[in-house]
Amino acid sequence: MINPDRITTTTCPYCGVGCTLQLHVKDDFIFKVTSPFDSPVNHGNLCVKGRFGYDFIYHPKRTLTPLVRRYLLEGKPKPEGREQVFAVSTDGSSISNSLISNLWDWVETDWDTALNITADKLTEIYKRDGSDAMAVYCCAKATNEDNYLLQKMYRALFRTNNVDHCTRLCHAGSVVALQLAVGSSAMSNTASQVIQNDVFIVTGSNTSENHPIIALQMKDAVQKYGAKMIVIDPRRIDLVNMAEMWLPLKPGTNVPVFSAMAHVIVKEELINWEFVKSRTEGFDDFVESLEKFTPEYAEEISGVPAEDIRKAARLYATAKNGAIYWGMGISQLSHGTASAMALIHLAFLAGHIGREGTGLNPLRGQNNVQGASDMGAMPFHYPGYMRVDNPDNRAKWEKTWNIEAGGLSLKLGLTTTEILSHAHEGGVRALYIMGENPMMSEPNLNVTRHHMEQLEFIVSQDIFINESGAYADVFLPATPFAEKDGTFSNTDRRVQRVRAAQPPRGDSRPDWQIICDLALRLESKLSVATAKWTYANPEEILREMGSVNSDYAGITYDRIDKVGLIYPVPDLNHPGTPTLFKESFPRGRGKFHQLDYVPVREEADDEYPFILTTGRLLEHWHGGTMTRNSALNEAYPEARVEIHPADAEIHGIRNGDPVKIQSRRGEVFVRATVTEKTSVGVVFLPWHFHEAAANLLTNDALDPQALIPEFKACAVQVFPARQSDLANPDVVVQRGRY
Amino acid sequence: MITLTIDGKELTIEDGKTLLDAARENGIDIPTICFHEATTANALCRICVVEVEGQRALQPACIVKAATSMKVQTRSEKVIRARRTILEMLASTLDLSESLEIQNMMHDYGASSSRFPDAERRESDVKDDNPMYVRDYSKCLLCWRCVQVCADDAQYTFAINFTGRGFETQIGTFFDKAIPETSCVLCGQCVGVCPTGALKPKREFLLEQGMSPNEISVLNTGRKRRK
Repeated sequence: MINPDRITTTTCPYCGVGCTLQLHVKDDFIFKVTSPFDSPVNHGNLCVKGRFGYDFIYHPKRTLTPLVRRYLLEGKPKPEGREQVFAVSTDGSSISNSLISNLWDWVETDWDTALNITADKLTEIYKRDGSDAMAVYCCAKATNEDNYLLQKMYRALFRTNNVDHCTRLCHAGSVVALQLAVGSSAMSNTASQVIQNDVFIVTGSNTSENHPIIALQMKDAVQKYGAKMIVIDPRRIDLVNMAEMWLPLKPGTNVPVFSAMAHVIVKEELINWEFVKSRTEGFDDFVESLEKFTPEYAEEISGVPAEDIRKAARLYATAKNGAIYWGMGISQLSHGTASAMALIHLAFLAGHIGREGTGLNPLRGQNNVQGASDMGAMPFHYPGYMRVDNPDNRAKWEKTWNIEAGGLSLKLGLTTTEILSHAHEGGVRALYIMGENPMMSEPNLNVTRHHMEQLEFIVSQDIFINESGAYADVFLPATPFAEKDGTFSNTDRRVQRVRAAQPPRGDSRPDWQIICDLALRLESKLSVATAKWTYANPEEILREMGSVNSDYAGITYDRIDKVGLIYPVPDLNHPGTPTLFKESFPRGRGKFHQLDYVPVREEADDEYPFILTTGRLLEHWHGGTMTRNSALNEAYPEARVEIHPADAEIHGIRNGDPVKIQSRRGEVFVRATVTEKTSVGVVFLPWHFHEAAANLLTNDALDPQALIPEFKACAVQVFPARQSDLANPDVVVQRGRY
Repeated sequence: MITLTIDGKELTIEDGKTLLDAARENGIDIPTICFHEATTANALCRICVVEVEGQRALQPACIVKAATSMKVQTRSEKVIRARRTILEMLASTLDLSESLEIQNMMHDYGASSSRFPDAERRESDVKDDNPMYVRDYSKCLLCWRCVQVCADDAQYTFAINFTGRGFETQIGTFFDKAIPETSCVLCGQCVGVCPTGALKPKREFLLEQGMSPNEISVLNTGRKRRK
């Protein structure tokens, strides 16, 4: 038994659920994590990542010293191209092999050198090529305070709105649809209200693996509170075991299935007329557009029996309290916005919104993707979703940031995917990446790599040299969650404290301090008045943001010391707002939109007969920067492609056999798991594993409104392969779980 | 509402509450071991027994519902003797070195760990079969909390249950499979409710074994040792 030196209460850095963690620390080493049983979100329950997945903090590969490439240190011109390098020269000696110029070596240095070089290069590029050459990826893993400062730095100093983060790759379709239909993009209700649902739909979300604690509440709702769950998903996910109905649709056929449900609700007169008449608009045109979406038409496209569509529609529409929870399977499509819109229509028709136990609930992926979006880490919005092309909004931030009138840019910025596709002469020249890993998370990675190579200067601010940081020119070692203070905003808008359990390891520094230090150096090189970069603590940063963003106006660290507050919190006495839209929608009336069925951009054909759908695993997190450097990797050390037994038999593939998966854009080698968890004609591959990166295969087709890529469907072929084709033939995953 | 008497004090509480609730809400201490606020009470350990007037046997306060006119003694001689004996039996068979609460109870009740010197001890090797936690059933007093949170008290995973009978009863997996091969999702809810240190995070265990944080931190970097 180890007696801890201290126990620090903080918020989990993995998914958007926002579980409370207690970090037990001995000699600046976290040896145990517990959670209090009265914690508001998770009631003492954690998942494998939250309870055991913090050891990446101590991984020997964590970068603890600022790094710059040798060419910068020696003041030489940048060599041609760009080399992806992971190894570091700790004593200045050459480490490269003969194939790579040693000018690309990573060399350890001090903060002054690294930050001055960064400031010099960014200033040089900005002065030469202007605002459009500058771009930044904020980070949904970092705190609200970190994100607020980084977007402020780019907007205030480089006068650009080329600010985005990975929200573009996950829920952009949902955000745009919700903004259009209701005027607000967060979850309308809290996850803890799941047990108040009578009927709820889970679609495009493998909740048990991606929001494990919300899945427990869903299971409680079914087992203990008598709720009925409808799962609409191409995979036979764990939740199906407890579902009243499972509608296994083909990937990318959401719009016909949901619209056919709407069709049934209209035709069978299950409409909540009171709600539709008093709270919505555009109903008549919408009903006209529904005509063709008969359940039989949807069955033909989606493979879901028409009768099941009818039954599901009746169940949801006639429930006292109905709710919808959805994930990436809705938004990550070239018609992601339409998919989410079709779900929103169901809530409008049944009037299942604006009350407790109902709602439109996009389950946000990252611990702080909601917060990063709230903080304005997006190209069209300042903090608080204030449009950048509105001069009144601009004036407010100019005043706050001490900027001359008319100084901030009214021009909409580039999105995450656009920033890289604009990486060429005359486009984006310098990219600042805080914590993100585009070389894992972008679609069609072979093209992403080409874009990264085109950039003139890349800054990586991270805890490891990940696949993207390995392309950078400067590496700024930041601290993980356990070594900094701040706040995260979880999926149901609860703003909670993040607290340092131990001092920063090595020379690493909290992100907000790095940004402030760099911003001051930039201001002196740019000879501009200061926009204020000296803060005694992160709370001052949040207060500055809250002075303009009314959603956060009433949030102080003192008020959220024990339990968080659910924003909007417009003043210091406001108790928070768990349920949105009780009286009206932010845009006034909820707006129906007319939808059409648009197939996925790349359908299966003779040459590529399978649809590949990508997703995540319980034991891993996104690009793997944290979990691949953790004991979690021992629990699940290799990528596996799931293939249906009928398909496997045709192709002569047995469980565990190595296979090659090939798309028009790339190929990977993995072992096959032959399982009925996936449907005939559909293969599933998780995207966490760099040695078999699923995004080498995915299609970079974008949703026209949200610009989110189509991660959930592309055409592939599967071939038997040899053991020796695998990156690590002797690594075999051994898991009996769902 | 219900009115009853505990230790001579007349109390009023809501319907449906247990004797344990009634006592605790009124500042009367009844010791518990297997009881946990987040799990279903099962009256397994019997340390919470009380004497109810008119009942022949002692009653476990964690599951017996309070009823009107009940007269309850929480520290009668019979109760104290029963609790002391329970503690002495636990101490004679188990490793209670990490059960500080039970050690304190033994002190409070004057229980002797050597009352049953010939008792067979429940000893078993530490099971270290997964990257996240270890299981040392020499310390397990079969409170059942881990099984319940693995089942429908929290996780709905059903990876573990009782195995064996009588003295041989243990917590185990189906067909005695290693944890990674079971339905276990490694959530560690079981570790979170274990009262005796029988279940423990792997890193805490390694630290106890004398490994340094640095030695522990390089352990999981050798991915290839798994075959």
